[in-house]
Amino acid sequence: MSTDWILPNSPPRAARRAGGALADPPWVRALLTGVALGFVALFLVLPLATVFLQAFSKGISAFGAAIVEPDALAAIRLTLLVAAVSVPLNAAFGVAAAWAIAKFDFRGKSLLVTAIDLPFAVSPVVSGLVFVLLFGAQGVLGPWLQAHGVRVIFAVPGIVLATTFITFPFVARELIPLMEEQGSDEEEAAISLGASGWQTFRRVTLPNVSLGLLYGIVLLNARAMGEFGAVSVVSGHIRGQTNTMPLHVEILYNEYQGAAAFAVASLLAVLAVATLVLKRLLEWRMGRASCAARERGHA
Amino acid sequence: MAASRSVLPGFGITLGCTLAYLSLLVLIPLAGLFWKSASLGGAEFLAAVASPRALAAYRLSFGASFAAALVNAGFGLVLAWVLVRYRFPGRGIVDALVDLPFALPTAVAGITLTALFAKNGWLGQWLEPLGIFVAYTPLGVTVALVFIGIPFVVRTVQPVLEDLEPEIEEAAASLGASRFHTFRRVLFPAVWPALVTGFALAFARSVGEYGSVVFISGNMPLRTEIAPLLIVTELEQWNYAGATAIAAVLLVISFGLLLGINGLQRYGARRLAGGRAA
Repeated sequence: MSTDWILPNSPPRAARRAGGALADPPWVRALLTGVALGFVALFLVLPLATVFLQAFSKGISAFGAAIVEPDALAAIRLTLLVAAVSVPLNAAFGVAAAWAIAKFDFRGKSLLVTAIDLPFAVSPVVSGLVFVLLFGAQGVLGPWLQAHGVRVIFAVPGIVLATTFITFPFVARELIPLMEEQGSDEEEAAISLGASGWQTFRRVTLPNVSLGLLYGIVLLNARAMGEFGAVSVVSGHIRGQTNTMPLHVEILYNEYQGAAAFAVASLLAVLAVATLVLKRLLEWRMGRASCAARERGHA
Repeated sequence: MAASRSVLPGFGITLGCTLAYLSLLVLIPLAGLFWKSASLGGAEFLAAVASPRALAAYRLSFGASFAAALVNAGFGLVLAWVLVRYRFPGRGIVDALVDLPFALPTAVAGITLTALFAKNGWLGQWLEPLGIFVAYTPLGVTVALVFIGIPFVVRTVQPVLEDLEPEIEEAAASLGASRFHTFRRVLFPAVWPALVTGFALAFARSVGEYGSVVFISGNMPLRTEIAPLLIVTELEQWNYAGATAIAAVLLVISFGLLLGINGLQRYGARRLAGGRAA
């Protein structure tokens, strides 16, 4: 079963040659290129440029002030904290899931793979709601938590939970196809030569999948830092305490502090651009790695 | 569930951790939502999911998602074709930019599109005198969903176009087929399963989308209120029953779409494999 839905992000193959009998008439070429680039300019380039232009619309000092303001700093800290919990958790889960799914055959495997994809199918708002229903004041565990003085909803644990839910599949769906493709011959050789399971994983499997793992982590991190819908349902929007960066952007925007909202938003846009650059670099490296592996296979 | 004869260790522990983590974080919370909505009375459930306001919200969510996915199917196919077949300066950058909607936080996309299309925005100031109102209308919702959906069609169609054997097109051309005829009879049949999959992915994502839409939609009940926003509104008024009922409806639809998309992808993969074997 394909796990490639929602984020079909396998590295693109070396582009095919164009030309010869495949060449479209020049006017078709010009027309299609024009349509495609116009669409990209209108829907992708213009919004990205707008973020930065709006961020600096009141000058550099206003930009700086919006970012070093205490509530903004608190939002940045909280966003980093949430990512620092969600990313390692889901990365570890992804590696464990990929090991079980790619290296072994068992009944119900395709069901498990579909279940791992579930969080991508669920609306972010619904993802937040399920945790409110479990841990909220009127939720199943709410009274018990309240009696023990633990706050989950409208507090940091709820934000971490919702973010971890939303970003759950990223690393697993990246590693499962990769490890399936690589098979287990090398691991079996290591085991038969006397390596322990952990040694085999660390010395054989991990180096083979490190680029794919990193790729999954980059995408996971971008989503964890940028998640809005799920987090907004569980956060309670307490300034300086339960506002992540995207929520801080929303508050500033709704208070008609457009330039400040875009200043904080521009930090998130920088994160997005860095993510795209890293993603491209990793795809390029992975493309070369798989070409090299193929050549070794042919030799 | 037994691992079939493998010398590799760690099956029990990795599968155990996977199942435990998956159950605790995803399956039990989702089941809790259904349990909660089942505990509502039939009349209460129906009143929440079939109120005029809820029906208007579904209509907008599904209508705008469908329209946006259609726009993306058209432009996405053209964009994928141009990226795979043509060479032009900046192609690598355009290719990388296609993933921007995945990487840019939705709230940032939301305020940016609103700023662009508002009355005094760069685009709004030209469009509104022409009678085209985007911000705070259903059209604005559609525009936000077009942005969100761009990568899905491009990234599902692109690999299929890259894999097409050039010999087939050359054969069609040498047998006297026009370029248009070749596209219609040779290329399109190979590409359409991926195109439909991309459409369905964009549609599924759009139905649940929240962050990019709430800023540009204006959120007027019965007019520009999407279904996920209605859930948030009900929650803010402490109407847990209403929020849960509408969420259950959305969740069932999302699961249906997930299964449908998995089926489509299996069908597409089979077709592709069959085509290669032939």
